[in-house]
Amino acid sequence: MSEGTLYDKVWERHKVADLPNGQDQLFIGLHLVHEVTSPQAFGMLRERDMEVAFPDRTVATTDHIVPTTSEGRSRPLADERAEEMLTHLEQNTADAGIRFFGLDDERQGIAHVVGPELGFVQPGMTVVCGDSHTSTHGAFGAIGMGIGTSQIRDVFATGSIAADKKAVRRVEVGGELGDGVGAKDVILHVIRQLGVDGGVGHVYEYGGEAIRSLDMEGRLAVCNMSIEGGARAGYINPDETTYEYLRGREFAPSGDAFEERKEYWESIRSDADAEYDDVVEVDADDLAPQVTWGTNPEQVVGVDEAVPEPADTRDPEAAASAQAHTEVTPGETMEGHAVDVAFLGTCTNGRVADFREAARVLAGREVDDDVRALAVPGSGTVKRKLEAEGIDEVFEDAGFQWREAGCSMCLAMNDDALEGDEVCASSSNRNYVGRQGSTEGRTHLMSPAMVAAAAVEGAVTDVREFDTPDAVGTEVDE
Amino acid sequence: MSGPAGDDAPDAEGAAVPAIRRVAGTGVPVRGDDIDTDQILPARFLKAVTFDDMGEYAFYDQRRDADGELNDHPLNEYRGANVLAVNENFGCGSSREHAPQGLMRWGVEAIVGESFAEIFQDNCKSLGIATLAVDHEDAVALQDFIEANPDAGIEVDVREETVRYDGTVVEGEVPDAMREALLEGIWDTTAVMRTNLDRAKAVHDDLPYTDD
Ligand code: SF4
Repeated sequence: MSEGTLYDKVWERHKVADLPNGQDQLFIGLHLVHEVTSPQAFGMLRERDMEVAFPDRTVATTDHIVPTTSEGRSRPLADERAEEMLTHLEQNTADAGIRFFGLDDERQGIAHVVGPELGFVQPGMTVVCGDSHTSTHGAFGAIGMGIGTSQIRDVFATGSIAADKKAVRRVEVGGELGDGVGAKDVILHVIRQLGVDGGVGHVYEYGGEAIRSLDMEGRLAVCNMSIEGGARAGYINPDETTYEYLRGREFAPSGDAFEERKEYWESIRSDADAEYDDVVEVDADDLAPQVTWGTNPEQVVGVDEAVPEPADTRDPEAAASAQAHTEVTPGETMEGHAVDVAFLGTCTNGRVADFREAARVLAGREVDDDVRALAVPGSGTVKRKLEAEGIDEVFEDAGFQWREAGCSMCLAMNDDALEGDEVCASSSNRNYVGRQGSTEGRTHLMSPAMVAAAAVEGAVTDVREFDTPDAVGTEVDE
Repeated sequence: MSGPAGDDAPDAEGAAVPAIRRVAGTGVPVRGDDIDTDQILPARFLKAVTFDDMGEYAFYDQRRDADGELNDHPLNEYRGANVLAVNENFGCGSSREHAPQGLMRWGVEAIVGESFAEIFQDNCKSLGIATLAVDHEDAVALQDFIEANPDAGIEVDVREETVRYDGTVVEGEVPDAMREALLEGIWDTTAVMRTNLDRAKAVHDDLPYTDD
């Protein structure tokens, strides 16, 4: 049993009661809501004649189904079922008095981008959302957990979930990251080491030199993909990087209140002598940019490393069928593997820093003629900031389509989808068969910089071979 | 709860939340590790404001050939079954409750497999679907048996944490919290937690960040 970790402290602070089945009733400090998993829960609430108990702890936005072209966003939406979902969310949030960032609000975007960037998510909170990537918010030293719709109903009705405390695994990532290598590479590498189900029953506490050196965007990308490693939550202890990111955010405390709150944030950090259920070390020194070759997020190699023979993997049968699907050749590297689509965005890599990183690769270059390239900012706030910096022009000049905010081709619930057996270089987090809208489509997960490089070359490429400027655009202070 | 083990019908007629002590019926084997919720319920079918139609969409793409005709997928072949037999890390990926909702509405009442993804398992608990984790060999043997004997009876006993078929008794594990919840009929957590609403309010008021 762990003791003295951030997880233990935040859990204790939020525990409401012991439940008769042995679980804990845990108070939820922030409930993020979106259109796909909430209407059924609001419906269940109505059936029972109950009201949302803590509307002040609830924030809603729309992300999964929204069109990403500006024409496509006029109401009613062309897709009737999408329109119905959006209307339900508007009505449900209005009735319950829940703050909602809708299509007419320039702060609308992916829940896991909006929550952090507006300052709703803070250290020492419990955060849930009907979406598995709620693990993202652990980047602040919060406990973020994805939940199902019946649990959403629980949170609406009681401000709580019934939950078991998990084991805490410290994931110590050592080493220094080279140029062209970042958070996405680190987390893909971690998942490769620990497996897609390695984290089941665990919460990951990420630490070590390679993690400490990341900015908040990088930390968000790492924690985002905890769930791809089977860990429902993953977190990083808050530090000055966290506090500096929060300072001045719209819904974060300000002035004296900020300094006061910081005392709480500091108090929930894992103690120096905290006890973990286990500790694993992952070496990220000299790590190469990572690319997935298969159809789950642990089927990963360094870009300059050979794709393994199925027999050399943890699950040879799965590897063989994955390789048949993606048509990669064991023994060869992923370099030169042709791509048809480049997709940049999502709750993993749809933030300002991600687009800046990709823009450095794209500056003065052009997207390959045969590649369809989509840049989809994670939120309206991200989009406007990049436009203020002139980064949208770098993308458009290179031949990327510059879109409105949403989940887009991450899961293709709108018009943005792979067609047929297209191959996609994607900054998203899942490469399951069919994930991007076509059952024959192929997804290769990689960092934003690698997506940009693949767009330019029309094939997977080692971004370290590109000369890039230190910065592009004019960075505008927030 | 005491008393004789009933069949899988709710013994407290009319009660909102029946206790679930055992699930008896026939089996349906779906083989493969890391079967994710995108496969179980493809994203394009999530565009609905209720779960009512989800039964039709369970494993939708796998159940059809390239022309859209139903193929020989187990969910087409073993209609009427209620015990799903799977392998490792079943239900990984997206948290969508649409996945277990779809399986439940298709007819699944219990799942026997090597291991389950956490959110999926929580969703099953919310819906009163029992999950029993068994060893690799036992999972495969059960799948083999069902394929050879599609009409044979299979029984998952939540209290005993076993699956029985053809004179074989396989021991497995139902997570403690799920087992208690199913046996006591307290798997609908909303009702249980609502009785603690005052305490939840007290925790809310006591947190340093709730007055923003
Ligand atoms: S961007 Fe993708 S992973 Fe993130 S919330 Fe949207 S659909 Fe889910």
